[in-house]
Amino acid sequence: MIHSFKFQFLRPRPWSRRHLMPSVAVLAVTLACLLAGCSRSSESGGKAKKTMIQDTGSDTMVNLAQAWAEQYATVDPGVSVEVSGGGSGTGIAALVSGTVDIANCSRRFEQQEIDTAKKNTGKEPREFMVGYDALAVYVSKNNPLNEITLEQLADIYAEGGKITKWSQLGVKLPGGSDEIIRVSRQSNSGTYFYFREAILGKGRDFRLGSRDMQGSKDVVELVANTSSAIGYSGMGYNTPEVKQLRVAKKAGDKFYAPTVATTLDHTYPIARPLFMYTLGDPSGAVKKYLDWIHSEEGQKIVVQSGYVPLPKAGS
Amino acid sequence: MEILAEKLIELLIRLCGVSAILFVFGIFFFVFREGAQLLFHGFKFGEFFFSQEWYPSSQSNVRYGALALIAGTASVTALAMLIAVPFGIGAAIFISEFCGPRAKESLKVTIELLAAIPSVVWGFVGLTVMNRVIISLFHTPIGLNVLNGGLILALMSVPIIVSIGEDALKAVPDSYREAALALGVTRWQLIYRVLVPAAKNGLLAAVLLGVGRAVGETMAVLMATGHAVKIPTSIFDSVRTLTATIAAELGEAPVHSNHYQVLFVIGILLFTITFLVNLAADLIVRGLRSK
Repeated sequence: MIHSFKFQFLRPRPWSRRHLMPSVAVLAVTLACLLAGCSRSSESGGKAKKTMIQDTGSDTMVNLAQAWAEQYATVDPGVSVEVSGGGSGTGIAALVSGTVDIANCSRRFEQQEIDTAKKNTGKEPREFMVGYDALAVYVSKNNPLNEITLEQLADIYAEGGKITKWSQLGVKLPGGSDEIIRVSRQSNSGTYFYFREAILGKGRDFRLGSRDMQGSKDVVELVANTSSAIGYSGMGYNTPEVKQLRVAKKAGDKFYAPTVATTLDHTYPIARPLFMYTLGDPSGAVKKYLDWIHSEEGQKIVVQSGYVPLPKAGS
Repeated sequence: MEILAEKLIELLIRLCGVSAILFVFGIFFFVFREGAQLLFHGFKFGEFFFSQEWYPSSQSNVRYGALALIAGTASVTALAMLIAVPFGIGAAIFISEFCGPRAKESLKVTIELLAAIPSVVWGFVGLTVMNRVIISLFHTPIGLNVLNGGLILALMSVPIIVSIGEDALKAVPDSYREAALALGVTRWQLIYRVLVPAAKNGLLAAVLLGVGRAVGETMAVLMATGHAVKIPTSIFDSVRTLTATIAAELGEAPVHSNHYQVLFVIGILLFTITFLVNLAADLIVRGLRSK
């Protein structure tokens, strides 16, 4: 919680010049509070100060995290959750160096990252599963392809893969262009990590030359504008301009579309859990916030954002 | 007392004066320090400069080959200069020699406005507007490529080339113009036989500063070039530049890891390139003055 205070001084607060004196008083009180190590903001000094929760990380989850933050502002007006994206790797780096309260992550922490966190802060990252995402494979809505197997995906994306043309998948594009434009993510993305592990296989790398986008939304946007592109992104980013492919593990298996039902019963082969991480056991406002996210109200927002909520029995 | 105050103020001003030098050396020192650890301990120069395999976060085989990134920066910069130099020098000649005082003022203000547009806005234009224009004009599958990045960078470096080029032309003494006109030359002859040769150092410096701007630009090229690690074979290929790589990956690289240090080595490389370009520009301008 200390860190949340640090940012109050850096960020523009609604202090107008007219209220400079009370603001200075608030500042002094907050500072005193900080020195005393107290985690609650002070109510003195005229205005009630908000407790801030810094929440950074996964770009897949940034819309969801924003929706939670906005809704939570009506649940507990005393707490303000500041959400930013950047990629799971960015969230992890920020949590490990102790500058945020919560890291959103669309992949699990790796052992090495847990070790770094312990070394830097003396605390172990705590994992909270907050929902599921089916990693959807997107193509342009004009693309006649409807189904794809994981093997084909690996052949398209992996180093040494054999598929570079749409005709190799038995598809003729309406535009006449045959080259597959691979759209991927930048390397600090949790989605990139997950895709590499789940589809290319451990230790295998992406083939160079893919368009590496900075955000989940950018992938879908580029696929929408490019008739010969293929890309992967969270299921919540679906738009009418693109088409989600049905996916099967291998040739001959049944193909499944990414939906809530197929994610929960594990028939969709590339679904993954979404996490929030804190340093050590959460307490105070952060704990309350995480509890609220796990509550029915919080999980309803998961559905509204286009993701899959935690199964009721497990929560 | 007054003498003391004067001394103090003098010291303060002197400090402000040398602060730029301190900052530059400070920045160079820190960038170099972060990269040096790797640079002098088993850094694979051969791989860095001659391999295009950039796999900084591979789990099985980490490779730091920057050739494709260097090629990306070089191709985008070269295309940008190909477009910006004729436009920039042409605009400088027009502003300095042809237009009336009112048109001159409004043109200069507009060009300065062009220089004031934030690079992320340029990137946004590249990502949304130019992308579609290029796709529909050239029927390429994707509009985020060398052409897009080059056009955006050209638009960004034109203001620098124009304002410095115009200064260089203005610095040519009026006696040259008068002498030439007295000999009965046409305006065109005046420009390409007298003014451009006389101002060539200044014009070259303008171009070099434009190059420096283009090499160092990050945000716009990050958004407009498609960000694909690939040596381009045509202007319709997507590329990734050195600067964009640093911007995209530094946030994630664990501090003091090899990946982090390689990004700083890229920083050193960029610093060296821009330093050499600026030094060349400076030496050329000095050559102009001493004439």
